[in-house]
Amino acid sequence: MIAIPTTTEVQLTDVWRTFGEDPPIHALRGVDLSIGAGEWLAIVGPSGSGKSTLLNVIGCLDRPTAGRLELRGQDVGQLDDGDRANIRARELGFVFQSFHLLAHRTVLENVMLAEVYRGEPRRGRRERAAEELQRVGLGGRVDYLPTRLSGGERQRVAVARALLGRPHVLLADEPTGNLDSVTTGSIMQLLADLHASGITIVMITHSETVARAAQRQVTMVDGTLAEVC
Amino acid sequence: MRAGDLLDESLAGLVTRPGRTALTILGTVIGLGALVATLGLSRTASNRIVGRFDEVAATEIQLTSRPQALGEIDPALPWNGPSLIRRLEGVAAAGNTTAVDTGDALIRTAPVRDPIRQTEFRLAVQAVSPGLFEAIHADVANGRLFDEGHSARGDRVVVLGRTAAARLGIATVSNQPALAIGDDVFSVIGIVEDVTRQHELLASVMIPEGTAAADYRLASPELLLVETDIGATQLIAQMAPLAVRPDAAHVIKVAAPAEQRRVRDNVESDLELLFLFLGGISLLVGAIGIANVTLVSVMERTGEIGLRRALGAHRRHIAVQFLAESATMGTVGGVIGASLGTLVVVGVAAAQQWTPVLDPELPLLAPLVGAVTGLVAGLYPALRAASMEPVDSLRSGT
Ligand SMILES: Nc1ncnc2c1ncn2[C@@H]1O[C@H](COP(=O)(O)OP(=O)(O)OP(=O)(O)O)[C@@H](O)[C@H]1O
Ligand SMILES: [Mg+2]
Repeated sequence: MIAIPTTTEVQLTDVWRTFGEDPPIHALRGVDLSIGAGEWLAIVGPSGSGKSTLLNVIGCLDRPTAGRLELRGQDVGQLDDGDRANIRARELGFVFQSFHLLAHRTVLENVMLAEVYRGEPRRGRRERAAEELQRVGLGGRVDYLPTRLSGGERQRVAVARALLGRPHVLLADEPTGNLDSVTTGSIMQLLADLHASGITIVMITHSETVARAAQRQVTMVDGTLAEVC
Repeated sequence: MRAGDLLDESLAGLVTRPGRTALTILGTVIGLGALVATLGLSRTASNRIVGRFDEVAATEIQLTSRPQALGEIDPALPWNGPSLIRRLEGVAAAGNTTAVDTGDALIRTAPVRDPIRQTEFRLAVQAVSPGLFEAIHADVANGRLFDEGHSARGDRVVVLGRTAAARLGIATVSNQPALAIGDDVFSVIGIVEDVTRQHELLASVMIPEGTAAADYRLASPELLLVETDIGATQLIAQMAPLAVRPDAAHVIKVAAPAEQRRVRDNVESDLELLFLFLGGISLLVGAIGIANVTLVSVMERTGEIGLRRALGAHRRHIAVQFLAESATMGTVGGVIGASLGTLVVVGVAAAQQWTPVLDPELPLLAPLVGAVTGLVAGLYPALRAASMEPVDSLRSGT
């Protein structure tokens, strides 16, 4: 039997993140983590344990104080602000607990925003965004303002935005944190479909049910990671 | 990031909050409107003032006696100065005017002294040759002016300036009012409403020169006022002393428009400076308005800034977006302000029947000034927005 070579999407080696000086808060204390391409990872753990900090470091939104971060083999910890922004634009997709939709822009415009900072041609953007909305089941809501949507629908708009342009990695910080169990189910189904299509998903959750849907779970406790088997 | 995308995002930031955008723009509208209006009005007004100066000053010569050398007690100006100088080509009108020293004599209208009402006034009495009325373009409101006949006979008649008449309570000469200067009684034959020069005469009691010479022992006229045709002033000024005193031209002092031009230039630049200052203040207030609202908008849109950074926006993209928003508001404010300011200038000028004067480049310059104002005002908020850390802005905003 031939072993299938899995490429590593995300690699953290002894990553520290320290806030402040007096006294310093070590939100991450030497995290080692390797996430393979196409993997669906759930991060669980108590509040304040450093989960969001970890996700922000992986998402190039925050810089590690010490240690090494590689995305697809590239050391991104040392890149300048502009290069990291370009990585966020082209390779990463974000979904937040509070959706982060622009209240004054239509659903379609919110999704189209994902391409604005990628420097790609504008032609066809509208159609691509509409297609992405179709995929998350919101084909009929393109011209709505987000304020007219339910929480579950809003989060699906956010997922559509994160997916526009096919990122390698989807980073989701408590994507179902503001949703009831029924709508949580629909978002989980969406993530499962994405996982099946080969996207790498890193997801933070407080819910055991949600975590179980993932292929792999890690627990964060006081800035350090432990594998859950 | 593409320029088209940048433009779309900046415009969207403005049109999706139309109420706030309109209110913010209002600041610049008022600022630049005020600037254009004040500049235009100052131009229009000073044009009018300067016009008056030009018209009056360019045609006026004043002859007085040069301070006499010791021993020369000869009076400098002769009584017949006006008729002598009128012989010169280019002289339109000429007349003498002299302050009369009436001693302690007060001026009374009522024949008896009324202890309750004030009936006695201290007013300037001016001896005037009949020709002067023409030289100052006296506008008679009521009655008539005195003539050579009155002067030659030494008639006891007076013409009142508008202000003097009001103080004495004389509104009309139809009931043949009289007044007393000391113990001498004069009949009031006319009231002068307005003059183009020698405005102090409006507050004076004017009596014929001949009467003054007889009653108050006037030695000689004090001032010979000459109105010339336009363009003849300099020439007449040169010839006047010899025409009036062929025997001793050097005792005559001539004041021609050259000196008055400086006054006019001062008036013009003083006005402009004041209005420029006022306009500048208004614009500053407008700029502070934009800066203020943009800063509030940056704070409110912290979450949006975080999201844009997460989607790959560079710091400069964020800065440029907010700068473009504030510059657009400034430009639009400039266009509207310039239009309103121009309307105000035209409207005020029309109401006053003045000629509106506006630098042609001003309405074109105003949007540019607005854009620069917006840019400068947006600078600090834009830098604030760009300096935010994506993680922090995502956390604090929704
Ligand atoms: N910018 C910051 N400055 C100072 N301390 C910070 C900052 N960000 C996070 N921390 C601290 O780091 C620790 C980890 O925070 P983090 O947000 O990663 O926790 P979390 O596991 O995501 O918690 P929760 O489940 O409540 O979201 C906390 O003690 C927090 O107070
Ligand atoms: Mg968290």
